[in-house]
Amino acid sequence: MLRKIRLSLAVLFFIAVTALFLDFTGTVHAWLGWTAQIQFLPALLALNVVVVVALVAITLLIGRVYCSVICPLGIFQDIVSWISGKRKKKKYRFSYSPEKKWLRYGVLALFVIAFIAGIGSIVALLAPYSSFGRIVSNLFTPLYQMGNNVLAYFAERAESYTFYETEVWIKSVPTFIIAAVTMIVLIVLAWQNGRTYCNTICPVGTILGVLSRYSLFRIVIDKEKCNSCGLCSRKCKASCINGNEHSIDYSRCVACMDCIDTCKHNAISFTRKRKNADSKLSKTSDTKATDSGRRNFLSIGVAVAATSIMKAQEKKVDGGLAVIEDKQVPQRATAIIPAGAKSAKNFAQHCTACQLCVSACPNGVLRPSTELMSLMQPEMSYERGYCRPECTRCSDVCPTGAIKPITIEEKSSIRIGHAVWIKKNCVPLTDGVECGNCARHCPAGAITMIPSKVGDDNSVKIPAINEALCIGCGACENLCPSRPFSAIYVEGHMVHSEK
Amino acid sequence: MNNQKKHTEDISRRNFLKTLGVAGVATAGLTAITGCGKEENKGISATEIPTDKMTYRTTPTTGDKVSLLGYGMMRLPNKSQSGDDGNAEIDQEMVNELVDYAIAHGVNYFDTSPAYCRGGSEKATGIALSRYPRNKYYVATKLSNFSPNTWSREASIAMYENSFKELQVDYIDYMLLHAIGMGRGMEEYEARYVKNGILDFLVEERKAGRIRNLGFSFHGDIKVFDYLLSRHDEYKWDFVQIQLNYIDWKHSDAEYLYQELEKRGIPAVIMEPLLGGRLSNIPNAIAVQLKQREPEKSVASWAFRFAGSFPGVLTVLSGMTYMEHLQDNILTYSPLQPLSGEEFELLLDTANRIKEFKTIPCNDCKYCMPCPYGLDIPAILLHYNKCLNEGNMPGNTQDENYRKARQAFLVGYDRKVPKLRQANHCIGCGQCAPHCPQQINIPNELHRIDRYVEALKQNKISI
Repeated sequence: MLRKIRLSLAVLFFIAVTALFLDFTGTVHAWLGWTAQIQFLPALLALNVVVVVALVAITLLIGRVYCSVICPLGIFQDIVSWISGKRKKKKYRFSYSPEKKWLRYGVLALFVIAFIAGIGSIVALLAPYSSFGRIVSNLFTPLYQMGNNVLAYFAERAESYTFYETEVWIKSVPTFIIAAVTMIVLIVLAWQNGRTYCNTICPVGTILGVLSRYSLFRIVIDKEKCNSCGLCSRKCKASCINGNEHSIDYSRCVACMDCIDTCKHNAISFTRKRKNADSKLSKTSDTKATDSGRRNFLSIGVAVAATSIMKAQEKKVDGGLAVIEDKQVPQRATAIIPAGAKSAKNFAQHCTACQLCVSACPNGVLRPSTELMSLMQPEMSYERGYCRPECTRCSDVCPTGAIKPITIEEKSSIRIGHAVWIKKNCVPLTDGVECGNCARHCPAGAITMIPSKVGDDNSVKIPAINEALCIGCGACENLCPSRPFSAIYVEGHMVHSEK
Repeated sequence: MNNQKKHTEDISRRNFLKTLGVAGVATAGLTAITGCGKEENKGISATEIPTDKMTYRTTPTTGDKVSLLGYGMMRLPNKSQSGDDGNAEIDQEMVNELVDYAIAHGVNYFDTSPAYCRGGSEKATGIALSRYPRNKYYVATKLSNFSPNTWSREASIAMYENSFKELQVDYIDYMLLHAIGMGRGMEEYEARYVKNGILDFLVEERKAGRIRNLGFSFHGDIKVFDYLLSRHDEYKWDFVQIQLNYIDWKHSDAEYLYQELEKRGIPAVIMEPLLGGRLSNIPNAIAVQLKQREPEKSVASWAFRFAGSFPGVLTVLSGMTYMEHLQDNILTYSPLQPLSGEEFELLLDTANRIKEFKTIPCNDCKYCMPCPYGLDIPAILLHYNKCLNEGNMPGNTQDENYRKARQAFLVGYDRKVPKLRQANHCIGCGQCAPHCPQQINIPNELHRIDRYVEALKQNKISI
């Protein structure tokens, strides 16, 4: 019964969180956004006291159910492990293993140090919810989108506007590789040994493990009834039941309740802690170091070879389309981060690089950073689109408070950067034609077209940027006709300010 | 089932036969019920299009017997059917098939230009026509020296000579000065044809028999038209090509142009009888009215009957991309049933009602293309018109169907025009505008559409 409740809740949570990452229309978030906000680390970073206290209380009451029910990465491993168990003779493939304390606390220490030092990339690499987000948004969302695009293809032919095509692209090669490696490692570990990751690496698992040692309700083995058959040990995906000694390592038990039904003698139950019933754990430490298989990646500079240069050629015949060269990312001294992030420092401290905002961005603006220090944390760039005035999706979805919720009105007055003019690329000067596309599309009215020659009102007009009015949305950069590099681009601000 | 099918089909000419087929089935069912089963169902099928009933008109100067339907070679079918690739190759096999069908059904006038279809039209026309004896067809081409670097005498003559090579002929039946009156009007006309002596050269070529009929096509500045007609005694124009249809008759200068030609006995060749298909895809409420008068005739047939009913018209050009267009037009002119006075008035009234819809008069001729900054200008304008005709242009956020119409407009926009080729990329350089035969202020219209799209996206619509 307990197991069935656990399973049902876990499936619901898993579907909800996954749907959050897959959905690109922004509709799911309104209903299920809270499932991301109750994740432990995001709640901790958002200083969401209610959630953190509740999670601590639940753990002290009934153990690490968080890991079995709420954590999508835990459930993901359960699914892999369950499939693995469907194989012949693999139903009881686990065995008790002692706790690898030095690894667990070592990783936790590293995590805390990285966290305090503000090395976001290491935090993001270790945090379970971030790993899950990365895997889904990098590996599953593209598939989901392609499926949508197939529907959109047929919808188009049926003159229906229900489905529309979305752009599928790899937003950052390093992050994609990390996501793929993370998933492969997790699948291998879960396929063989169930919850190895949760009980040796996951820092959240370690913290909750410390708490769950003292949980009020817990799995208890009745020594009177137990005949030491060891079946429960072989069924325990957390490898925490020592059947011979009738003891359970509660720091690793994720309260999955699998063992209760497994025991043929009804010796196992989920009940209140009995005094002195706790067995001392064997303190043998395994000296064999297990390499987690995770690696740090150097950021890969993606060099894109410049293709043909588009020139405004003279028209001789009718029809045809001019070739449009792709835009390239300009060198920005300061990365641009979304309105609501307040400052680069605040952002780096709170962001767990879960990729939820990256998945949610409908304009192709957000993508994971490739800088070593902020690796995988989102940053903005405007080659594919710009930060549209009516959109606040990233601030709506962020569960950690790295991007604080803002309204559309607030957004229009937050300066996240400022535009910089590059004279040598400006089309009125290079092609001698009228342009002003930046000024025409500036939502802040920060750009005025002025004569290029002082005193000559008939000379071609060039943009003049009023930095005080510019909010850094990138409309000018994105819509600038100059390619591959725009004649106007946005520099980020370290600290966002109100206009 | 039938209803659903009808619903999903747009009322384009492509679907004309299909729709009629459905109507035919419905009619057949109806007759069975009412017991008038003896009357045969007169649905249209390819085999019933007559091969020997085409209406012909004769030129006064050369006595050519020209089919009232002329084949415009400007909208030839491409190999890529998807339409999102504006640089697709001409589908020569399909061109041959269309030309074969046209000739078999009495069409004998083929109109091309060195500029059409990104410069590929003349060659494709030549390949298709050269499979027939030279006396089976009349070919018309133009001296399309638009670009200033072809204004020199040498470059213009080279273009002229090249037409012979591409068309694989040693004489040209109908030669035109192309699009007189466009761009900078009189000044441009003189630069293209007078200062370099090309007009005199062409008159000489006519004397030598290499050109059988000499004329010009006109768009734009009426002064140039008047001037060229005032020199008729000198140049003896064999024909003049003008834009004429039931909208332009009163709403543009078509009535004046035609009457000026008729006065002088110059045969008129008609272009844009259908306004690039716009007159076959009119607002549904108006289309239904025409259908009530002639339920078995296509909406397009009205436009062709209008143009063909004028006795001074030599031939009516139609750029037929699809076999269905060709078949429908052949049917309309085999033979022509001239409009009655009442029908003529009905069409003029229809024109007034269409004009109220404020569509942009783009005929998809692609003269404006390629846009040097990569925009797909006709696709943007046509999408806008389509939404206007279909009622997917929400006026404000309080509209009943606002959400649905907004979705249809925006999603349809992304489907019809790739993001990088949409109106927000128009920088207003203005290179397109002088090329537009309909005098659309293209940058203005694009910026207007862009503002509308922005307002839609931001939910701040109020017209």
